Amino acid sequence: MESNAKWRLACQVEDVPSDGGACVSFGDEQIAIFNFSRRNQWYATENRCPHKQQMALSRGMTGSTGEQCEPKVACPFHKKTFSLVTGECLSGDEYKIRTYPVKVKDGKVYICA
Amino acid sequence: MSSSNKPVVVVIGNGMVGHKFCEKLMAASPSFQIVVFGEEPRPAYDRVHLSEYFNGKSANDLSLSMAGWFDAEQDIVLHVGDPVREIDRTAKVIHSRKGIIQPYDFLVLATGSAAFVPDIPGIEKQGVFVYRTIEDLDLIRAYAREARNGAVMGGGLLGLEAAKALLDLGISHPHVIEFASRLMPRQIDSAGSHILEARLKKLGLQLHLNKTTLAVEGEGRVKSLRFADDTSLDLDMLVISAGIRPRDELARLAGLQVGTRGGILVNEKMQTSDPQIFAIGECALVAGMVYGLVAPGYEMADVVAANLAGGHKTFTGFDMSTKLKLIGVDVASFGDAFVGEPDSRTIVFEDRHKGIYKRINITGDGTRLLGGILIGDAAAYNMLLQTVNNRLPLPPDPEDLILGSRGGAGSGAGVMDLPDDALICSCESVTKAAICQAVSEKGIETIDGMKKCTKAGTGCGGCVPLVKDLIAGELKANGRYIRNVICEHFDQSRQELLHLIKLHDVRTYDEVLGRWGKGDGCEVCKPAVASILASCWNDNIQQQAVIQDSNDRYLANIQKGGTYSVVPRIPGGEITPEKLIVLGKVAKKYHLYTKITGGQRIDLFGAHVSDLPDIWEELIAAGFESGHAYGKALRTVKSCVGSTWCRFGLHDSVSFAIEVEERYRGIRAPHKIKGGVSGCIRECAEAQSKDFGIIATEKGWNLYVCGNGGSKPQHAQLLATDIDQATVVRLLDRFLMFYIQTADPLTRTATWLNKMDGGMSYLKNVVVEDSLGMAAQWEEEMQALVDSYKCEWKEVVDNPALRQRFVHFVNAPRKKDPTVAFDSMRGQIKAKEW
Repeated sequence: MESNAKWRLACQVEDVPSDGGACVSFGDEQIAIFNFSRRNQWYATENRCPHKQQMALSRGMTGSTGEQCEPKVACPFHKKTFSLVTGECLSGDEYKIRTYPVKVKDGKVYICA
Repeated sequence: MSSSNKPVVVVIGNGMVGHKFCEKLMAASPSFQIVVFGEEPRPAYDRVHLSEYFNGKSANDLSLSMAGWFDAEQDIVLHVGDPVREIDRTAKVIHSRKGIIQPYDFLVLATGSAAFVPDIPGIEKQGVFVYRTIEDLDLIRAYAREARNGAVMGGGLLGLEAAKALLDLGISHPHVIEFASRLMPRQIDSAGSHILEARLKKLGLQLHLNKTTLAVEGEGRVKSLRFADDTSLDLDMLVISAGIRPRDELARLAGLQVGTRGGILVNEKMQTSDPQIFAIGECALVAGMVYGLVAPGYEMADVVAANLAGGHKTFTGFDMSTKLKLIGVDVASFGDAFVGEPDSRTIVFEDRHKGIYKRINITGDGTRLLGGILIGDAAAYNMLLQTVNNRLPLPPDPEDLILGSRGGAGSGAGVMDLPDDALICSCESVTKAAICQAVSEKGIETIDGMKKCTKAGTGCGGCVPLVKDLIAGELKANGRYIRNVICEHFDQSRQELLHLIKLHDVRTYDEVLGRWGKGDGCEVCKPAVASILASCWNDNIQQQAVIQDSNDRYLANIQKGGTYSVVPRIPGGEITPEKLIVLGKVAKKYHLYTKITGGQRIDLFGAHVSDLPDIWEELIAAGFESGHAYGKALRTVKSCVGSTWCRFGLHDSVSFAIEVEERYRGIRAPHKIKGGVSGCIRECAEAQSKDFGIIATEKGWNLYVCGNGGSKPQHAQLLATDIDQATVVRLLDRFLMFYIQTADPLTRTATWLNKMDGGMSYLKNVVVEDSLGMAAQWEEEMQALVDSYKCEWKEVVDNPALRQRFVHFVNAPRKKDPTVAFDSMRGQIKAKEW
């Protein structure tokens, strides 16, 4: 992780649909933010799916898998799924996406990137 | 160490092989006392999966089970963190570092191997590591936090594993330095290496072949490497993985015979030059060979255990076939991978585009498989290995083994044809018969259950796909019904869930999940439930946008590059010149690529997500509506021009197609639905390749159902003959509702019929003869769906809150995705290749 990471305002809480995602622009970067409202959790990852380099993860369906209910997102292109916690690909490929810490305060969403 | 009459077996080394030996000996005979000395501070762990330590597995996850080891009857003592210093063969005792003097009757050396560290000036500098134990990994991890770039010396199997570990630790483009001219020289050939190199480069590895390292440079800590070709490489850390060196120093000290290049010399019973002393695993030199894999080590452990227990077993060499996933790339090598002319014929398949290389070596007469290499796609590995090991006859066209049978035989075929004694799991010596017995006699149905029951798949894990196929094959052979539940979150089939939803009047996914599901749902059950809810209630799907599949979420078809395509409905394929002009104008205004679809409509490609509402606003103003090309719903009803113009036409097929298309538009189903109406038997609308097809006859219409184009074309079958239009519609209502309510997710009508017990005659009974008494209800339910139709795009265009969701960046709604790019072709745009 880069050492110059700092908390930055990403968007308003209502910009991200419940149990869905949205994309924010930070300079050249695109970051996908997920509002996992079923469990009152927020996650952020890079928006790029490493499979075909498509900027699409924020448009994917969220969900969870396994006994531990690992939160995940499925890329809308070919349904590769990624853990929202570790960024690891859960559908058998050795891809990994970057994840970022998220915090919510006074109706605003901040991410550390 | 209470019972003292039993002979004492001392095991030196508590690695995977030493551990396996104890397990085997305890299973073979209770009449030994076992004393184990291990050098590492922890009991035996799974070294094969060591690199997983870097992506989240703990030392505990990797430790090998000792369940049952310390039960009352077992006589075993384990000393960890206490290496043996000396073997006194005359007194038959060993001395440990902590001062234990332990007498033995039999001694087993399982001292394993150490990383081979080449003798290069400066190799002792800080920042140079070996890759062997959990302690090594801890050191690497700590150092990598400060490192920006790193390299691995050694392009063999372990070296590439180590490079993967560096990637996992955040070193973005690790270097791999290999002395030989290719990667993995023991397993693959040059052509295979080329393909592997290309794949690994793409994944961020920087490969340097033919490199002889002369010196490791830097003040105290490593700064750079200098090579024989006068080049150098700057780096912060270096991991050495240049092979293994058998740990034979204790044996040398004790005067046992060792090989000139290391390794404790043993016979086929794994006996050293002292018959009371055995050596197994990577420290042993058997028939001139040191085996650096775990499976042969396990076999050696079994040989010694069996012989001590009074049996007769010998080690006669071992199959070194291997399959692994290297940083996401399949690599496999099996049987005799390198044999060439004149002893064999070689068949090679190479696909540089996809990065796939396959080579098989067959006997000169083409009857048997000798071995081969697979890179990029090793799906066939297990079957190929079984073909070699069981000397199975080759098909008439042996290339089918790597290219797949082009006759269309299903995958997984052939597993059940293996002989009963075919060795499926070579790590644990489990045969096909043992696996099938576990299924049919012990009721094992899962891979986890199979691992517990037979241990198959618990070693290297390479046989797991084959074991799964065998479980499924055996279940099927026993006539077991495998229930089609939707996914891990629901224990119901789609049909069961649909009944529950209707019965309990449930309207949202969250309520469905709360009542009948578990966990948080996933990309399988969300769209399946969304489809059921839409089929039942016909509410606008945008009210629950996040549970919709990719295309339904934005009411458009996602295309390469992340833009969308737009397909307005053109019922029956009939369109006015005015509307054609509108399509052209909109396409020009938003820079869209235009193409006529297979369903007689016009598709506009390349729309940014944020342009979709504006595009639709213009289309709707001109009288268009959604074509549902993005949905699992009715697509088009294709028509020929019919009796209004055609000299052969019997009835007005266009008008009927428009009527039917407008009746069923927007209705969600388990999969897409296509229809066709032809005005005469010449069948220009190709209606018999559709989910429903209507063909004019002299007396009325013939209705066909369950046809399909696509990858498995299937002719539609005749449901009713010479019926009038009203009857066609009534039967279609029933047919479609029956399909919607009973098909599995993503199952087209053709597949649904193929799976139906009783087939077409049953379907005819239900739909035409009303054998279930459902006809009236289905017609009523269909009418309710028809009456509640609304154009979902119009609702979005008119609703600012819904419209607002069509943006790429929520914090910059006007900004378009800057990564979207187009090329041009024949005067139009096309998506940039990915």
